[in-house]
Amino acid sequence: MPASPPLVQAQQIVKRFGALAANDHVDLTVAAGEIHALLGENGAGKSTLVKMLYGLLQPDAGRILWQGAPVVLHGPREARRLGIGMVFQHFSLFEAMTVAENVALALDGDAPLPQVAERLAETSRAYGLPLDPRREVWQLSVGERQRVEIVRCLMQDPRLLILDEPTSVLTPQEAEGLFATLAKIRAEGRAVLYISHKLEEVRRICEAATILRHGKVVARCDPRAESAASLARMMVGSTVLGVKHEPTAPRGKVRLAVAGLSLPPAEAHGVALRDVSLALHGGEVLGIAGVAGNGQDELFAALSGERLAPRAEAVLLDGRPVGRQGINARRRLGAAFVPEERLGHAAAPRFPLSENALLSGHAAGEFLAGGLVRRGRLLGYVDEVTRVFDLRKGSRDPEARALSGGNLQKFTVGREILRNPDVLVVAQPTWGVDAGAARRIRQALLDLAAEGAAVLAISQDLDELLEIADRIAVMFHGRLSAPLPVQGLTQESLGLLMGGSGFPAEDAA
Amino acid sequence: MRLVLEKRAETPFALRLLSPLLAVALTLVSAVIIFAAMGQDPLHALTVFFILPLSDSWGLQEVAVKATPLVLISVGLALCYRSNNWNIGAEGQFLVGAMAGGWLALATHGAPDGPWLMPAMLVCGALGGALFALIPALLKTRFGANEILTSLMLVYVAELLLDWLVRGPWRDPQGFNMPVTVGFEPEAIVPLLLEGGRLNIGTPIALLVVVLAAVLMGRTLKGFEIRLVGEAPRAARFAGFSADRLTWTVFAISGGLAGLAGVLEAAGTVRMLQPGISPGYGFTAIIVAFLGRLNPVGCLIAGVFLAVTFIGAENAQIMLKLPLDVTRVFQGLLLFYVLACDTLLLYRPRLVRSVAA
Repeated sequence: MPASPPLVQAQQIVKRFGALAANDHVDLTVAAGEIHALLGENGAGKSTLVKMLYGLLQPDAGRILWQGAPVVLHGPREARRLGIGMVFQHFSLFEAMTVAENVALALDGDAPLPQVAERLAETSRAYGLPLDPRREVWQLSVGERQRVEIVRCLMQDPRLLILDEPTSVLTPQEAEGLFATLAKIRAEGRAVLYISHKLEEVRRICEAATILRHGKVVARCDPRAESAASLARMMVGSTVLGVKHEPTAPRGKVRLAVAGLSLPPAEAHGVALRDVSLALHGGEVLGIAGVAGNGQDELFAALSGERLAPRAEAVLLDGRPVGRQGINARRRLGAAFVPEERLGHAAAPRFPLSENALLSGHAAGEFLAGGLVRRGRLLGYVDEVTRVFDLRKGSRDPEARALSGGNLQKFTVGREILRNPDVLVVAQPTWGVDAGAARRIRQALLDLAAEGAAVLAISQDLDELLEIADRIAVMFHGRLSAPLPVQGLTQESLGLLMGGSGFPAEDAA
Repeated sequence: MRLVLEKRAETPFALRLLSPLLAVALTLVSAVIIFAAMGQDPLHALTVFFILPLSDSWGLQEVAVKATPLVLISVGLALCYRSNNWNIGAEGQFLVGAMAGGWLALATHGAPDGPWLMPAMLVCGALGGALFALIPALLKTRFGANEILTSLMLVYVAELLLDWLVRGPWRDPQGFNMPVTVGFEPEAIVPLLLEGGRLNIGTPIALLVVVLAAVLMGRTLKGFEIRLVGEAPRAARFAGFSADRLTWTVFAISGGLAGLAGVLEAAGTVRMLQPGISPGYGFTAIIVAFLGRLNPVGCLIAGVFLAVTFIGAENAQIMLKLPLDVTRVFQGLLLFYVLACDTLLLYRPRLVRSVAA
């Protein structure tokens, strides 16, 4: 008896964006009842491939087979009709609407709201994803929002569920809950295509993996039979080295201090900073952990001076009160900042790198002479960042948006580090960056601290913080815990803090 | 086969130049069709419209006279638009500039006092236009009012104010009840450059403004600030620039330049105040700014081109009996094509064969 055809097959898929082949003759086969990992560095072509499976993009060549029959997906609606559901990394929910309203909007068809709410409650119970259909989305944590997205997909009874880096926004404990749900989904004979960077969790929950590198399939394997190191080697194509770091107790003087800083939210549904205090010493890397949306962005804005504190004494740079001073005044006092968002915040997408060097460097004055911009000096600076941080780019001074994520991140970190700051505040230093670039950036942060500078790293990546930080504090609901020495900390103990244990009870609700 | 637009990683420099030229070409093609539909020989009509104005010294001078206010205003608007401040009210700022300078001319009428008068009028005009433009800036930064609406509505305020002044307090008593002021004294008139024409020192002033604005935008930190605030507001905050303060600056500059254009027109070309002092320069300058790629030098080239259409329309009216509204149609089409062609800067059109099912 011939075996039934696999649930979904992508055959020789090609997708080009200009000169770049994002998918270069990619084959992928996912069987029913299987959790299949799609692995690869950022820019390897994972997202492009799943967007074609979900009908958001059309392949330039190759074909997609659904249960053995070729299909053409002109849009997500057709994909959903076949039985393909997808949960994106960035949620598409309306904050001011309730859970049930959000779900009803996305369902194809016009079922009345009470009926949707009832089915929603049913589905969420069945899969162990507790949700209150009547709550408005802005009140939900990131983990709960993800549940809304997953339940919304499951209500359409999909045969294939695509998850794009689902655990990147979850605490370790929340991730455990998700894994239990996935096991249930698999047991029902549905398939899951699971995109992730986190190799340990892939080894735990996936029974098959397809690994992409530079748009090509480089390996297929059973991740349970591999080690994290061997998976990483397949992804990167070479052995990934760790960084050299010996955590130490703080020894230098305090360079950046925050004392009792409270700030109301900048916008509706934003997070308020509540009585945040910290002391950052020269020579150390202080990590700030936390689930996204717990006040990290607000803390960064308050430290950088993009938002002013209510009192000058709330933020001290080398003992000087700067709470009421803007970002350039703080830069002149030796501080430097790297925001999380590379394009649009750290860098202007359509400006060349030289002008993006001017963006954060003009306060120092060395790029200006008699009111005019010194283009030559800026170009020289770009060359130096390129040399020290090994930037790969097509021309000497390309637009920021033409760089890959990793190279642009090396640039935005590098342009600050080469100014030899006394204090560096960096948010998500290696978010979405390939392993090689991440290692270089982490090493640069450690080298900067070793020379006596104080480094504050805000990150959601616990592995990263455990690797580079000397002490780690956790943000939860706008509050900051006391920093703990990194020796003795584990993913689990940090995860509990990130979930709110140890914070005042009214916040943990 | 289907046409897809692919996002470009980078915009080739040549395309930035090509896109407005393509828009002009498409406008000319449309013009041919419209001329033919109106029963004209298209080639002859095009010659009358676009070639004749450039064929003699008088025509060339007229083109310069018309281009001067367009260039002055559009350079200011380009700074505004680059920084994401949508000043649509240059027409009003132009009129207020004319009124502010004209006020000085009328106040000293009969007793003009020395060569300081004309420069003082220019300063008054620029100041008046700038102050008038600061109203939408204030409303935007203080109350979050949309500057497109407020600046546009203030145009009508300025028009009606001028209308009232020339019919009321400023009317020439010997003007046979016409809504005009007295003619300005010689001291209050902007000097001519050449005998036997209308070219005055406004034109070199406009050229100087183009050079200064080009340096400002391309070489100074302020120019960088203007471009950055418009392109990436969050990155501009990260650079320490205040969008609100910049709104005040660019509205003041563009209002000042429009006001200067207004007083130059009143004291140079018209030499009095009257309701129809502007044939819509403030609105046409919006087209000039976009056609000129929001670039000062581009504004100069585009300003000359649109000035030609003004003169060409007059020619066409006289020689071909075509209605003056044809110009408006061309100008509207041109703006439409310019904005449409800009898509090419960000996207690459490509024909793809449908994937076989």
